[in-house]
Amino acid sequence: MHNLTIAQMIRELRQKRFSSVELTQHFLDRIRQRDATYNSFISVTEELALTQARAADQRLAAGDAHPLCGIPLAHKDIFCTNGVRTSCGSKMLDNFVPPYDATIVENYRNAGVVTLGKTNMDEFAMGSSNETSYYGPVKNPWALNCVPGGSSGGSAASVAARLAPAATASDTGGSIRQPASLCGITGIKPTYGRISRWGMIAFASSLDQAGLMTRTAEDAALLMNTLASFDPRDSTCVDEPIPDYTANLNRPLAGLKIGVPKEYFGEGLNPGTAQAVEDAIRTYEKLGASVHSITLPHSHLSVPAYYVIAPAECSANLSRFDGVRYGYRCANPQNLDDLFKRSRSEGFGEEVKRRILVGCYALSAGYYDAYYAKAQKARRLIQQDFVAAFKQVDLILGPTAPSPAFEFGAKGKDPVAMYLEDIYTIATNLAGLPGMSIPCGLVDGKPVGLQIIGNYFAEALMLNAAHQFQQNTQFHELAPTGIQ
Amino acid sequence: MDASEIEKLAQLARLEIRPEDLAEVASRISNVLALVDQLQAIDTDAVEPMAHPLDAVQRLRADEVTEPDQREQFLAIAPATENGLYLVPKVID
Repeated sequence: MHNLTIAQMIRELRQKRFSSVELTQHFLDRIRQRDATYNSFISVTEELALTQARAADQRLAAGDAHPLCGIPLAHKDIFCTNGVRTSCGSKMLDNFVPPYDATIVENYRNAGVVTLGKTNMDEFAMGSSNETSYYGPVKNPWALNCVPGGSSGGSAASVAARLAPAATASDTGGSIRQPASLCGITGIKPTYGRISRWGMIAFASSLDQAGLMTRTAEDAALLMNTLASFDPRDSTCVDEPIPDYTANLNRPLAGLKIGVPKEYFGEGLNPGTAQAVEDAIRTYEKLGASVHSITLPHSHLSVPAYYVIAPAECSANLSRFDGVRYGYRCANPQNLDDLFKRSRSEGFGEEVKRRILVGCYALSAGYYDAYYAKAQKARRLIQQDFVAAFKQVDLILGPTAPSPAFEFGAKGKDPVAMYLEDIYTIATNLAGLPGMSIPCGLVDGKPVGLQIIGNYFAEALMLNAAHQFQQNTQFHELAPTGIQ
Repeated sequence: MDASEIEKLAQLARLEIRPEDLAEVASRISNVLALVDQLQAIDTDAVEPMAHPLDAVQRLRADEVTEPDQREQFLAIAPATENGLYLVPKVID
């Protein structure tokens, strides 16, 4: 059952091959038996899942069920779930039980989706390896001595290990696409503003976006239809019509114009990764697309601009964690200053504290123009590169990550080495564009991801292009050894 | 970035850095700032800063109460409360 896609599960539930309770119990059993190896879940919601599955079976029997009714799903522990601990991978929120559901959680709940649990992640979504979680690192199912990527490492590993058919996730600088690439699965980060951020714990508000990890583009399309909604509670949510993301999956790719940025194939790219991505681009040509070399000349500014903007916004967003209204409070605070300082210093991990300090610096008097304002201008230049490119091409393809999964601790003590993991993904967040990663090969037994970048609100076209690739290749069907 | 600058930032951020950690924190942050300094090389005089990817503006709504009263649920998850108020150490001497 765990090898079925969601599309198949939907059909088989209606054919009564199995019930939602049986399907859910199957995944819960797998999690209980196998997740000690991966540590991909922080909380498993067995009772809730079975209650939801029973209700789903009733709706399925009544014949008026939503397409996703009864399908099990895991949620990244960054999304508030009513009555269920939401930790954001941090000691700061280890005791936080939200009194409400995030909009995306509510959307899935209303459709009758079953919540398996909350997945592990880098603390407060800051990281590219899932090594900073308060709950311990997540292991890559393809190589247990290697990272799954981050920050959505738990979501990626749980889907790759077939402990969940799909998982929600979030992406601020690549946190969906890079782990999807390292774990050999499909990940999608929609256009900024496409998905409501209400109830998604904020890291960098102008960059954060919710998205999905699945094993196929078709499954991602099915889930996107319910993930996307216009939400007046999120003032950055855009009121753009929501198409049926499954409607054009099978459209042929003849006439599609693909752009390949020369800046994405330079120094620092693993040769095996480059080869797999180039082969994937040749596959697109065989499917009828034309390939054009393009330039994104300000690409080299992406990582520096991001490491001003994201820490600056994070320092503002994390100022709410003060030990007063929720979350961790230090023992015996002597005065208000002590309450704030010790609650925050004891509750936050090292990377989070580092980014808060960098952010404060970038925003402080005398430095704001040189750092934050300057980075916002670099951001405009980066966006303009994409706007120009999309006048010539429909989609941009390239590698998702510079290399396959690396070993724990390999990025060492210099934070910048870790930051360069996101070198190909960060620009899309800065520009607010949608991005996907789909599996396109293996290097030394470890997965490689192909990144697909689309114009604003072009998710349906991206899913179409990804689906056509998956109809003509088998990379998305590969599974790590030992997961059966 | 030296230890005294880190101490000032730590105060702004209401974070406590132990004296024995100050040097390492300063060094790692200096690495990040060296990365970020690459921005100084570009000419941005004629460029508008971009705060929002889609240059959106703040939506407004009518000034009416639409939120339900969830005070009890919010108090239930707080570390220390009394009579419907959040408790903190004494602020005024």
